[in-house]
Amino acid sequence: MATVELTFSALPAHVRTARLVATAIARRTGVEESLLDEVRLAVGEACSRAVEAHRAHCPGEPIRIELKDDSGRFEVTVSDLAPSDEIKQEQPLDLGALSDSFMSGFGIAVIAGLADDVEVFPSPKGMRIRMSWPAAPNGHVI
Amino acid sequence: MDLKLDHHQDDRLTIVEVEGEIDVYTAPRLRELLIDLVNKGSYHLLVNMEKVDFLDSTGLGVLVGGLKRVRAHDGSLELVCTQERILKIFRITGLTKVFGIYASVDEAKEAHGRDK
Repeated sequence: MATVELTFSALPAHVRTARLVATAIARRTGVEESLLDEVRLAVGEACSRAVEAHRAHCPGEPIRIELKDDSGRFEVTVSDLAPSDEIKQEQPLDLGALSDSFMSGFGIAVIAGLADDVEVFPSPKGMRIRMSWPAAPNGHVI
Repeated sequence: MDLKLDHHQDDRLTIVEVEGEIDVYTAPRLRELLIDLVNKGSYHLLVNMEKVDFLDSTGLGVLVGGLKRVRAHDGSLELVCTQERILKIFRITGLTKVFGIYASVDEAKEAHGRDK
């Protein structure tokens, strides 16, 4: 198992960097080209959610991403330190209730729709989103 | 790639040309443009997303916000998009039922003309 860890300040500009790093490592790990867009979007969603949560609760704290090549899977875990409630998924779509600045429920829904395998761990001390995709067994080692 | 925005008037429609990445960093610029257009009386917006190569839920939120604003004036906000990777996020979130999505600017203009 090889791991790359990345921490970044809660600034929107850094989300793109995180997406690019995750996509580059996914490619190197042997994730199929057709899945790389999904990796890019899902990691971007998780990082955007974390950045918005940190900006609201703890702007000085960094966000952490862990990228692992583990037994033929490419696994990404995004961890934040902002208190979070349980995420209610599959809520009925109510246009009037949607905020145009931050739609965290949408972000999680998008990740769930994109990643092959997703687990969300909300807690008062922060949220951890773990997602993974199949990687080719003969993929390169990180 | 950064975000490039432009807009022009075509009969009753204001066509907003978007190019690049719409994410948590760049979406505020699109939000400002849509708000500015509505404030100046453009209530029928067509957002051309054919040159958008990345869209996340923050971008979706901006489009939903724009839609809410134009609807408050009995207006419309519709999209031109044929890229599967962008359409996928609309499908996942159920927003294909909320936005009119067309394959080309001409097709959108034709549909808009029929609705007049």
